[in-house]
Amino acid sequence: MTALDELTEPAKDDDAVAGVPARLVAAPTSTAQASAVLRAAADAGLAVAFRGGGTKLDWGAPPRRLDLIVDTRGLTGVVEHAAGDLIAVVRAGTPMAEVREHLGPAGQQLALDTSEAGATVGGTVAVSASGPRRQLYGTARDLVIGMTVVRADGTVAHSGGKVVKNVAGYDLAKLFTGAYGTLGLITRCAFRLHPRPGAEAVVRAAPPDLGAALAAIRAAQVVPSAVEVDGETGEVAVLVEGTPAGVRDRAATLVRILGDDAGRPHWWGTYPWEPGGTGLKLTAALSRVPALVVRAAALARVRGSAGTGVLYAGLPPDTAPDEAADAVAELRAAAGDAGGHAVVLTAPAEVRAGVDMWGPVDGLALMRRVKQQFDPDARLAPGRFVGGI
Amino acid sequence: MDRIGPLAARLRAELGPDRVISDRQELRTYECDGLTHYRVVPALAVLPRDHTELARTVRACADAGVPFVARGSGTGLSGGALPHADGVLVVTSRMRAIVEVAPDDERAVVEPGVINVQVSRAAAPFGYYYAPDPSSQQICSIGGNVAENSGGAHCLKYGFTTNHVTGATVVTPDGEVVRLGGRAPDTPGYDLLGAFVGSEGTLGIATEVTVRLVRAPETIRTLLAAFHTTDQAGAATSAIIAAGVVPAAVEMMDALAIEAAEAAVNCGYPPGAGAVLIVELDGPAAEVRAQFAQVTALCEENDAFELRIAADDAERALFWKGRKSAFAAVGRISPDYIVQDGVIPRTALPQVLRRIGEVSAEHGVRVANVFHAGDGNLHPLVLFDDAVPGEAERAEQVSGAILDLCIEHGGSITGEHGVGVDKARYMPRMFTADDLDTMQLVRCAFDPDGLSNPGKVFPTPRLCGEVPGRRKGTHPAQEAGLAEIF
Repeated sequence: MTALDELTEPAKDDDAVAGVPARLVAAPTSTAQASAVLRAAADAGLAVAFRGGGTKLDWGAPPRRLDLIVDTRGLTGVVEHAAGDLIAVVRAGTPMAEVREHLGPAGQQLALDTSEAGATVGGTVAVSASGPRRQLYGTARDLVIGMTVVRADGTVAHSGGKVVKNVAGYDLAKLFTGAYGTLGLITRCAFRLHPRPGAEAVVRAAPPDLGAALAAIRAAQVVPSAVEVDGETGEVAVLVEGTPAGVRDRAATLVRILGDDAGRPHWWGTYPWEPGGTGLKLTAALSRVPALVVRAAALARVRGSAGTGVLYAGLPPDTAPDEAADAVAELRAAAGDAGGHAVVLTAPAEVRAGVDMWGPVDGLALMRRVKQQFDPDARLAPGRFVGGI
Repeated sequence: MDRIGPLAARLRAELGPDRVISDRQELRTYECDGLTHYRVVPALAVLPRDHTELARTVRACADAGVPFVARGSGTGLSGGALPHADGVLVVTSRMRAIVEVAPDDERAVVEPGVINVQVSRAAAPFGYYYAPDPSSQQICSIGGNVAENSGGAHCLKYGFTTNHVTGATVVTPDGEVVRLGGRAPDTPGYDLLGAFVGSEGTLGIATEVTVRLVRAPETIRTLLAAFHTTDQAGAATSAIIAAGVVPAAVEMMDALAIEAAEAAVNCGYPPGAGAVLIVELDGPAAEVRAQFAQVTALCEENDAFELRIAADDAERALFWKGRKSAFAAVGRISPDYIVQDGVIPRTALPQVLRRIGEVSAEHGVRVANVFHAGDGNLHPLVLFDDAVPGEAERAEQVSGAILDLCIEHGGSITGEHGVGVDKARYMPRMFTADDLDTMQLVRCAFDPDGLSNPGKVFPTPRLCGEVPGRRKGTHPAQEAGLAEIF
């Protein structure tokens, strides 16, 4: 009986990553155990992928090879919530919903919007998923203040800490945020929290001129928590949060600019693709958002955070692979013209085969050197990330 | 073997003779940064005028295998820009172009030598400003801010440099130019920019920086509250945060710091105050009105004996003048002082202040306290007289004890000044050997030859050729006599 036998189970039929089946699954319940699993995997030369709630496991390219899935759902719980310091330390496998429930009674929140039921803290951070309220609160990279990771060889490392203001050492958490599990396993995160606002309002309308509406919202003194746009309905929806008096006043300003005070639209904070469809993330410099929305809406369903320059585009599941490839190329050109990028997050296998999911990336040589340092044998999620990392 | 001579000749030929300083007397100008008790004269100083010249400078250093150190305005307080005796000091102070202000993109593009406050001045006509505001913002440079991940009084609400830099063009230590991040958010790939910001010059030099501009707030209201004790001021701070208010800034000064500020700038704080709080709220008018009423009530409930509300910008400036000049001001009440920078969870403030008081009494060394109370970032000023035998050592002991207190309470040895040369020896108290080794994997990816600001941040350099894994026994660098573990 080797260490690996003790720590892993044979995989079941649905233990696969982006269509690639695994042989083994491990579900460590502590950082120490995760370290033992990864050390044993290193000794055996196994290719490893990490899985939380599995809600975004199909994001990224398929792994070149896969032996072991390390499942984080045994790594759960809010380890610490210091309400007076507005921080919480949470294990990676904890569902985001559970974090919300835990912090709610104290009138606090982890201000990271996730739309999928079952999404975990670790998965959300690993792909740096964000939602509408990134406008005000930022993304995982802004909210994570400390992190514990396990490296490819099983070494456990911490960076940051439990205080928001801290410049001791390198900010490794930023590197691991959005790295898709290619540098190591995140086992716990410390987050800065925010108070839950006492009031909120959503004002929305379909303005005749999107660019003019967005400029007017920027010029107004409303400090929006989110400025969302939906290509299909042509609607712009703006969320303001704060004190009851402040929200009333700002919502009135927005009604003057836009129109209705009408609550969240049905499309709020959701991705514009169905399971089995092709989903992309498009980014743009702020001034080019209106043009990108128009161009992208002619090719796909488009939706997202107009106030930050992050949009999502979706193609239906029945799109022919060559049509999908053409649409991806055109969306990529449109995002490029807007000063941003287009990344294919998810797609059916036949579409994946015909597109470069990540597209061109600056600094790729340096990224490869980082990968080489952290995972010299290229065993962690090999091939899933930019440039085949 | 003389490497500096040929390097100087190459740089003079490539950049022009006026860009290179090799005269020892002239080089003394650069022998220290804001942490003046560490002094090293560099072998050479180079003052590039633009991106191309800066990249060529680093490339020439890489080719010659000569270490280099970047320096902006030299206001750093951890010795991050302390020169290398056998290396090149790359001074960015001539690179002061604001390349672009793009209010419609909410971005500005600047060269690294641009002064922090100039970015806000350039953005002001469009109704925008640059949020990170170190106390040295009148003179510190954006390049230095990026290196140190500088904070400031308003980072409680707005975050730090790392939250406001969206892109940078960086010359890596091998002389390659790479673009990290950009004008649009969420550039695909590793967040190398996130690793670069705050790396204290050890991963290369930024030649151009893209920063986020923030809409200037509609309203700013500033309150100065005087308390008899720091405990009361701390309790008021906690009450404000507990009420769900996130002020733009909450700053505290204790009696000794107030005394110093009065002596220096006549800020006219309420006499007899054991502590003052400056609380600033900003944002939409109705929002600020509602929250300001709350904050005022909470200060009164927590025994503030005097409240002043800034009537206009001039009065607000006066409130802040005392606070922002506090470091320099203690020079009026003490011939020498150490500026400390540590962080604790805010709720531990009363305990930690009491302990600092005890340690100060035990060693017979006065400590003036100035801090960003909202985020638990302490700046104790340890006062001493170098002319009195043994006093400097005692001050050092007190200063070190304060850092130990920060670590003990789950905080950090630096909130904004950086580790630099000053605190490298404390890193192993906060991080394990594995933590530090892991951080240095990043170093090895960017700078395998260890030419970029060597000897800073990490007490023990990692040999980049090492096979990753657990080290046994002494570090090979130690055995080879290349490094000491402090």
